[in-house]
Amino acid sequence: MTTAQAEQPVIQNNSEPLLRAEAVSKTFVSGTFRKHYTHALDTVTFSVPESPPTITAIAGESGSGKTTLARTVLGLVEPTSGEVIYRGTNVTEMTRAQHADFRREVQVIFQDPFESYNPFYKVDHVLRTPIHRYKMASSKSEANDIVVEALRTVGLRPEETLGRHPHQLSGGQRQRVMVARAVMLKPKIIVADEPVSMVDASLRATILETLRAMNRDLGISILYITHDLTTAYQIAENIIVLYKGRVAEAGSVDSVINDPKHPYTELLVSSIPQPDPETQWGREQEAREDEEVELTGCNFYDRCAYRMDECTSADPPVYRTGENRITRCYRYADSPVHLAPDLRSVFDSASGNLTD
Amino acid sequence: MTTATAVQTPLAVKDLKVYYHTRRGPVKAVDGVSFELARGERLGLVGESGSGKSTIALALMMAHKEPARIEAGSILLNGSNLLDDNDEQVRLRRLSEIAMVPQGALNSLNPVMRIRDQVIDGLKDHNVRMSDGEFSQRVAELLDSVGLDRDVASRFPHELSGGMKQRVAIAIAISMNPSVIIADEPTSALDVVVQKQVVQTLREVQERIGAAAIMIGHDMGLMAQFASRIGIMYGGKIAEIGPVSDIFNNPKHPYTRLLISSLPDTRSKRRLEGIPGLPPSLLRPPPGCIFHTRCPEAMEICSQEIPPTRELDANRYAACHLYGDDDGKVVEL
Repeated sequence: MTTAQAEQPVIQNNSEPLLRAEAVSKTFVSGTFRKHYTHALDTVTFSVPESPPTITAIAGESGSGKTTLARTVLGLVEPTSGEVIYRGTNVTEMTRAQHADFRREVQVIFQDPFESYNPFYKVDHVLRTPIHRYKMASSKSEANDIVVEALRTVGLRPEETLGRHPHQLSGGQRQRVMVARAVMLKPKIIVADEPVSMVDASLRATILETLRAMNRDLGISILYITHDLTTAYQIAENIIVLYKGRVAEAGSVDSVINDPKHPYTELLVSSIPQPDPETQWGREQEAREDEEVELTGCNFYDRCAYRMDECTSADPPVYRTGENRITRCYRYADSPVHLAPDLRSVFDSASGNLTD
Repeated sequence: MTTATAVQTPLAVKDLKVYYHTRRGPVKAVDGVSFELARGERLGLVGESGSGKSTIALALMMAHKEPARIEAGSILLNGSNLLDDNDEQVRLRRLSEIAMVPQGALNSLNPVMRIRDQVIDGLKDHNVRMSDGEFSQRVAELLDSVGLDRDVASRFPHELSGGMKQRVAIAIAISMNPSVIIADEPTSALDVVVQKQVVQTLREVQERIGAAAIMIGHDMGLMAQFASRIGIMYGGKIAEIGPVSDIFNNPKHPYTRLLISSLPDTRSKRRLEGIPGLPPSLLRPPPGCIFHTRCPEAMEICSQEIPPTRELDANRYAACHLYGDDDGKVVEL
């Protein structure tokens, strides 16, 4: 961690990343007479490289902006400022043909598998629709082969899955059918928005393992949106911790979760209920949340156990707190300021060392 | 009816059977469950959806509705069987002897009533007579005890965050110092930081009033943090029950072992193993051990005979054919 590293140029790789979010902000306005502004996303920048395929976790509590970020990446929400670029084209300015490709190459898996289904149709329908839409098969039997292969890929037995209605499948099976549907389209990226939070613990493992296999065997990059740092640690290489729409901390999952530096990450990690009766929750300090204070400076000030006077003066810059790590907090003012807005230089040095 | 043993054992459930009567036959959601709770004890009931854990919670509160019916068994609350009481007696014993922290306090609070009035409502309903000043004092104490500001009393539910509402629900549950508190997935909709605060608050108040508690859920992490004893439910029965550290460090039932090995943690990355197969149909459960269709250690006998519950160690029970007379004697729980 030298100053030279921090001053690396913005673009490091010669190749254009597959997907990049450039200083994306999204402000929601509510209220008729007194306008209320919610800064769901505040200048978030990151990218997903073409190769190697990576799993990046985007973590935070409700209100952190993680779902808005997912929806922005998918082109479902137009950013207030900044842009999302897919293969060199702004996702909100794509031609019809480009958009069709984008819709196919960037797939999404939502939280509640039940809501993604029409209860009147058999599950076959949800799998056959994209085959028709993207004209992936020239005959019925070819279409059938694609469906069967996709189901096998996610560990489902076609004979136990096809011909059934959504309610006849378990939550885990329904979610895996959605993964099968995404995989069938041979996407480059899967955006998985809390894919296991509605699923029983015993089935979570299977779905996460399926996602990991998609990444490893099929070369699909995954954006794993979650509030659960434990599963993020298990499947992702890199993590972006969002707090009120800003990147609080980012880096390799090992460094961020095993040695959290931002007080917010520290709070999140210490709140994980470890499945081990010998590792009991500690009594971490958290300042009591003040009500509705207009914060100047650091947006975590009201909950921060380490708050200092300077925290209210101005928004803290992002410090390069480790080889694979940036942290937005004045406690690390001795570290060099990370100038490159992108997180690529941070993530690039992180090795995705997953053991099998 | 308060005897010396009753004080030590606020809750004793014996051979409880709760069936949902459908047109296709009875669904045996709870099929012969027995356990006792000691004073101050915290029992975690763990299971996947359809294991019967929430049905037990409803039955203990006598809040189950048609088509669910209690078919057999007894629920001894402070020594006297809830099933012998009439509706009015049950109503009076709820809150004062057994109280529930619901799954989503978000929906259980009345949206058009101030918090103060909702707390007092329960007390008045149980014929607590106090002056207005005394009621306000009691509300303030209860809010204090769950870590809320006293001025929360004058607010409406929509003005509170999810965590605050869940604390209000805890305050209401302990308002009459019950001997048993039941919490059914009390933090399922909450963020991890708030979840920790709510569970710690629940534990603090439970210890302070000396109540026994049952927490129901599927998150083994939360159970490890909260419970002193864990019961693993599968297909309407208790597969295994024992002290929390024994269950985690030395699980006896194959289902418990699979459940524990499927848990992700932040210590080491490893291949995550799910539990193969599907939960059993409770309408037509498989013969023999209800877990045998998914069990990696199933033997011939498992599809033929229902395994008896054995006492494998002190305070340690499991129902599995892997264990014989040498491992522990068969018990009638």
